[in-house]
Amino acid sequence: MALIAQLIFSLLTGIALFLFAKNLLAIRRNILIGRDFELTDQPGKRWKNVLLLAFGQKKMFRNPLVAILHLFVYVGFIIINIELLEIIVDGITGSHRAFAPYLGPFYDFIINCFEVLATLVLIACVIFFSRRNIIRLKRFISKDLNGWPRSDANTILIIEVVLMSLFLIMNAADPASNFLISSHLKGLLQGFSEAQLSMLEHSAWWIHILGIYAFMNYLPYSKHLHIILAFPNAYYASLLPKGEMHNMVSIQNEVLYAMQPELAPTDAAAPEKFGAKDVMDLSWKNLMDAYSCTECGRCSTACPANSTGKLLSPRKIMMSTRDRLEAVGKNIDKNKQFVEDGKSLLHDYISVEELRACTTCNACVEECPVSISPLDIILELRRSLIMEESNAPAEWNGMFSNIENNFAPWKFSPDDRDAWTAQ
Amino acid sequence: MKVSTMAEFMARGEQPEVLFWVGCAGSFDQRAQKITQAFATILDKAGVRYAILGKEEACTGDPARRAGNEFMFQMMAYQNIQILNGYEIKKIVTTCPHCFNTLKNEYPALGGVYDVIHHTTFLQELIEQGKIKFTDSNEWKGKSITYHDSCYLGRANEIYEAPRKVLESLDMELREMKRCKSKGLCCGAGGAQMFKEEEKGDKRINTERADEAIETKADYVASACPFCNTMMTDGIKNRDTEVQTEVLDIAEIIAKAIQ
Repeated sequence: MALIAQLIFSLLTGIALFLFAKNLLAIRRNILIGRDFELTDQPGKRWKNVLLLAFGQKKMFRNPLVAILHLFVYVGFIIINIELLEIIVDGITGSHRAFAPYLGPFYDFIINCFEVLATLVLIACVIFFSRRNIIRLKRFISKDLNGWPRSDANTILIIEVVLMSLFLIMNAADPASNFLISSHLKGLLQGFSEAQLSMLEHSAWWIHILGIYAFMNYLPYSKHLHIILAFPNAYYASLLPKGEMHNMVSIQNEVLYAMQPELAPTDAAAPEKFGAKDVMDLSWKNLMDAYSCTECGRCSTACPANSTGKLLSPRKIMMSTRDRLEAVGKNIDKNKQFVEDGKSLLHDYISVEELRACTTCNACVEECPVSISPLDIILELRRSLIMEESNAPAEWNGMFSNIENNFAPWKFSPDDRDAWTAQ
Repeated sequence: MKVSTMAEFMARGEQPEVLFWVGCAGSFDQRAQKITQAFATILDKAGVRYAILGKEEACTGDPARRAGNEFMFQMMAYQNIQILNGYEIKKIVTTCPHCFNTLKNEYPALGGVYDVIHHTTFLQELIEQGKIKFTDSNEWKGKSITYHDSCYLGRANEIYEAPRKVLESLDMELREMKRCKSKGLCCGAGGAQMFKEEEKGDKRINTERADEAIETKADYVASACPFCNTMMTDGIKNRDTEVQTEVLDIAEIIAKAIQ
């Protein structure tokens, strides 16, 4: 009987890990649909970003109270995963608390720490849940989150509360245990017989570990994927000053050859597509950004356009990019390669009105705790709108022609440029 | 006022210490011209040998690039870099954070490499070097002021302290708005918004920002960008408070206090 349990456990562990790896590879494949883009220079600065932004959660501390709650969940998550090792060893070998004999009194100390952390995670998740559903913070009731995204957020919190509770119940039901938090729960189990306690401990153990496997395989479909991608996303974050836009070398050369035809190579290739119309025109980093977004909405709260009622929401830009990328990924799964589906990120997922509202102020980029740039995507889509579709408001067309003819965005005579010296 | 152009410097066989890049707003916008004149006055009084490009200056291409028109940007950049490199320009100071950002961050990739400095940093340096001295009875002493961070100076280039230090050197009381420095709220002009109507929403961005400035009850609002200046002035005007708070550029404030 015990052997069967061990076999079932090993099999389930294998299946869970296999599915998880498969899903991660699918996400990697989707990210690499994006354009190639070099982001490996200055490794020292990049590792520093990983330490400060991902491990250190520096940006979260712009709001210290929430940062501390989030830190509980984050540290709790990482450290309690160490306990997972023991659980897996127990499951495969049929042992009970396999590490205890080796660690002696230190074992109790570690489990006590895990229990304290589990309790802190539990409390933080309950607070987070009420911020979303009772206090109803503006960024959480935003229409960006209608439907699946809102239930996704609540599902994650509920799963975490359940998992932490199971961990504590499991310890409380172990008659030999006397740990810091779970010992206080023993009172609730007083009427239980030894067999019932054992049953409870085993059930909690099984549901806990199966819950973790299920959660692991829920991640790739969820906003919660940020717990993995926040790290590479910090490493590959842009190191340029925020004000610097990416140069378009193809256009730079085209202008150069127009001005100095003698420099033009005879075999000049026709320039590629300008800007981004769809996800494959964005860089792989833009696409990894989309998968890293946990839809917290700090960007949209800080966005001057969004906070004054415009249609633009940087969070929604990221969510739309991921939605489109998922659709393109499914299209590839089905047809072996991408088959034109009559849709594109621009227009079908992100509207012109949204793009037009951006002031390029970088508030969204500054706020993002996981180094996402919604602005980069907005600017690439704007390039496509103007250069591929000549789609500009009349005032902008006026501005362009003024710059071309008068060298200033307004219709003044270039001869009056120094008129201010005469006054 | 007499301001020498690069062409005149070249004719005399001289190089200025620094080129003053005036920018389109500073050149043509009536309100911004006053900022330009104030800054030129300071440079004169501080004994800085500077030149302007005059009629040879052209838009950096910033609004075109941010609107999405890379061709227009590259054409303007090519033209400007030809002229700047032709004059062997080494150092540029500008009163416009948009020109500053483009010249400093975006022209190097196109062959235009200069030491570019924003006028607030330049003023801070001149004050520290003792080249700017204030009159004993300057009118700003003890007055309260709130500084509006320009996005292209602040978040884009992480210049938060220079403008504040300049104001503090005048013994002004600096009052921060609810959102300031890296959290500063945009005035609404960037990304070529200056040149089009705002998209529909329930409030104008500059009104939102003006409200935050008014809330500080400061005597003045300081700006360091000609576009922010316009937006903040309009925003405050729309709110029609009893006493309309004046929006002044850091250069204008210094010019009035300088010996």
